[in-house]
Amino acid sequence: MNNNLDKVKSSLVKRKRSENLFKFYGFSGIVCATFFLVVILYSVISQGQKAFFTTFIKVDVYFDPEIIDPNNERNDEEIKFSNFNKIIISSLKKKFPKINGKKDIRELASFISSSEEENLMNFIINNKEFIGKNKSLWLLASSTIDVIIKNPEMEKLSEQDRLISNKQLFWLNKIKSNNEIRSGLNKNFFTKADSTEPEQAGIWGSLVGSFFTIIVTLILSFPIAVAAGVFLEELAPKNRFTDFLEVNINNLAAVPSIIFGLLGLAIFLNIMHLPRSAPIVGGMVLALMTLPTIIIATRSSLKSVPPSIREAAIGLGATRFQSVVDHVLPLAIPGIMTGTIIGMSRALGESAPLLMIGMVAFIVDVPGSFLDSSTALPVQVYLWKSTAARGFVELTAAGVIVLLVFLILMNGLAVFIRQKFEKKW
Amino acid sequence: MGFWSFFFIIVFLGLSTQWYGTNKALKINSKIKEGPKLPSLPSYYGTHALLWLVLPVSITLVIWGFSKSHVVDFILLQNLPKSLVNEFGGKPAMLIDIIKATDPLRIFPGTNPIIVENAIYYNEINILSNSIAFSVILFIGLLASIFSLKKISFSFKARQAVEKTNINLLILCSLIAIIATIGIILSLIFEAIRFFEKINIFEFLFGLDWSPQTAIREGQVASEGAFGAIPIFSGTLLITSVAMFVAIPIGLLSAIYLSEYANPKVRSTFKPILEILAGVPTVVYGFFAAITVGPFLKGFVNSFGFDIASESAIAAGGVMGIMIIPFISSLSDDVIRAVPQSLRDGSFAMGATKSETVKKIILPAALPGIMGAVLLAISRAIGETMIVVMAAGIAANLTLNPFESVTTVTVQIVTLLVGDQEFDSAKTLAAFALGITLFSATLMLNIIALRIVQKYREKYE
Repeated sequence: MNNNLDKVKSSLVKRKRSENLFKFYGFSGIVCATFFLVVILYSVISQGQKAFFTTFIKVDVYFDPEIIDPNNERNDEEIKFSNFNKIIISSLKKKFPKINGKKDIRELASFISSSEEENLMNFIINNKEFIGKNKSLWLLASSTIDVIIKNPEMEKLSEQDRLISNKQLFWLNKIKSNNEIRSGLNKNFFTKADSTEPEQAGIWGSLVGSFFTIIVTLILSFPIAVAAGVFLEELAPKNRFTDFLEVNINNLAAVPSIIFGLLGLAIFLNIMHLPRSAPIVGGMVLALMTLPTIIIATRSSLKSVPPSIREAAIGLGATRFQSVVDHVLPLAIPGIMTGTIIGMSRALGESAPLLMIGMVAFIVDVPGSFLDSSTALPVQVYLWKSTAARGFVELTAAGVIVLLVFLILMNGLAVFIRQKFEKKW
Repeated sequence: MGFWSFFFIIVFLGLSTQWYGTNKALKINSKIKEGPKLPSLPSYYGTHALLWLVLPVSITLVIWGFSKSHVVDFILLQNLPKSLVNEFGGKPAMLIDIIKATDPLRIFPGTNPIIVENAIYYNEINILSNSIAFSVILFIGLLASIFSLKKISFSFKARQAVEKTNINLLILCSLIAIIATIGIILSLIFEAIRFFEKINIFEFLFGLDWSPQTAIREGQVASEGAFGAIPIFSGTLLITSVAMFVAIPIGLLSAIYLSEYANPKVRSTFKPILEILAGVPTVVYGFFAAITVGPFLKGFVNSFGFDIASESAIAAGGVMGIMIIPFISSLSDDVIRAVPQSLRDGSFAMGATKSETVKKIILPAALPGIMGAVLLAISRAIGETMIVVMAAGIAANLTLNPFESVTTVTVQIVTLLVGDQEFDSAKTLAAFALGITLFSATLMLNIIALRIVQKYREKYE
């Protein structure tokens, strides 16, 4: 007896240690998951925040009347077709009077974004009094200059790896020492659509495309899913057919999203001849995908309405249908809304099916309707990631930040509705 | 008649029919001083008339939406001269696409005048056919609602009719789920059969070589591609195993800690973190894998003197594992919590420590449920697209080395279908063959997993 007790006592230390070890393992599992989340968010934010700002270079622009308005007519058409690139180059040359030779001038001209030609043109059309005068302006720097400014460690790289030549670096340092360079808000990022030049590319076009897509998804999936949920939870007789329906909905929820894209390609595009790359098709595909989510949310929030509500309505002479539509459904609405918003936020982050139906094109214009070609927010992220130019890495991360902000807003709204309106019975 | 004017006419008509129906019923009721009134509430008569307007209109509108492009194409084709059709190699579909893409207001110089003429004609019939269709649809709706308004009488029970229609509408909505499934299966099977007419099914399933570079132009050299899918399947399995290698231990340990050890406060802080991990879009994980993890691993492994592909299976699989963690942890959390308290109490009463209880009692009891969770997670992992598209390779290597670059089913579907292709080529159709393989694999895993989980639940409920 005593012997056994000793055995137990001597093993106790070991058992305690293994107990603590196991607890530590469990805790480290949780810590790992948290660590991954933090690393993901950190890597996105640290890279993405750079893209919200961009570099400007101060240039004393001389609006040479010889180039803009040789006939002195102040004619808009004449101004529109004049060579503003030349104006930028000659103004830049004033900074570095020694520069000569075609190659050097080309390298110097590459400091300024090509979009500034159009901006100068619009400026001069609206302010004709500046023709023949000097005006010091902050011009948008090209993406390569922007990348160098944001990553100063790149200056130490060898000439081939650095994106800019030694000469360009020397000029850049001179501009810097003259305090003629500053960082400012990247307006293009928030107002433009895609572009081949990183400094001119923006998220707005894909944001609008995503908006149109989500609207179509909402209009299609919400009523259908709520109707299906009400039928299955409240009115359906229990038989083989409804069992089959239920199994079907559960399976549909687990179908990989890319399969929905194949469905959209084969049926919506090739059989129904709907327009390729259009938000309406994307919305239809995503609606099929979010249908099970909203159906399941509808059912669970209908289930949480106590039976006394139904019984009271039926006791007062309502039919079963009336009791559901007039009494149970209104009480379940907050839960349904929460589920719907979460479903929509999932649809907003989904991109695989959109690749299949062609919403992955290079689109320079902000889409204006449900039928225009467009991309969506996550697809734009994917597109930028697949682009080689160095400046797009930061844009990609910034696109991810915008996507995450929208998801946080939507989920925050869902949590708010849940806590504010959902009744605990 | 444009769509919007049609839409507003329908809305106005609907509102006025309902108002008229309700008022007519009210009037009949008010004339009766004694005795029974109409069998249903007046508003049901209005609603009935509204339904009789809306339903026929929406049904015909949907039919028109589906058939419109075919009808217009047919009319356009009748107008085209035979010689022009022959010029396009007897492929009228291409000619029609060109005509549709031609904008009569902005004609490229050198466009065939017959095409321009037909482009104008196309715009005309487009508008005209819409006007005719909308008028016909309106007429049908009007007739139906007039018929319904005429029916208002003592023998007509409007509430029953309205409720029956509504329930049928609800059933129709529930059927959409089945229609979607059938649509998926049919579209996949139909295209896959066309693929297997060109490529032997056994060559596809058991071939060891995958290089789907078929000729885009006819008569191009090396036009026959190889469609052996084994390297793709093995690549998918490799990446999935890496993902499971990361996700199962972390997910399971988190679930055990949260359900057995954590106090409510810890639970309420860490549960949302896992939920956030689950809510992060897959494109973000893909970005993370490609931009952060890939280069980091490359540098890390290279510093030991080993070689690693920059699009290695381990980077894509590892990040996919992070994505799967919350999936496994929340499912196993449910399963572990479903183990009855009496089992725990019995174990504690015998003097077992908590970890001994978990290892020897709870985990064995919960094992079927955990297996179900793992199977669901595997099905999730093999269907995941964006992470592998962004971080895994395109070349189909037959290897089990996680440091090399492999490709997956979903990556191949995307690469085969994104971009411009001829729709009938074996290359494009191969994507559907891969699609149906993916669909059947995930479906099978899901059905088995759900069966297991259900059996498990029944055991303890």
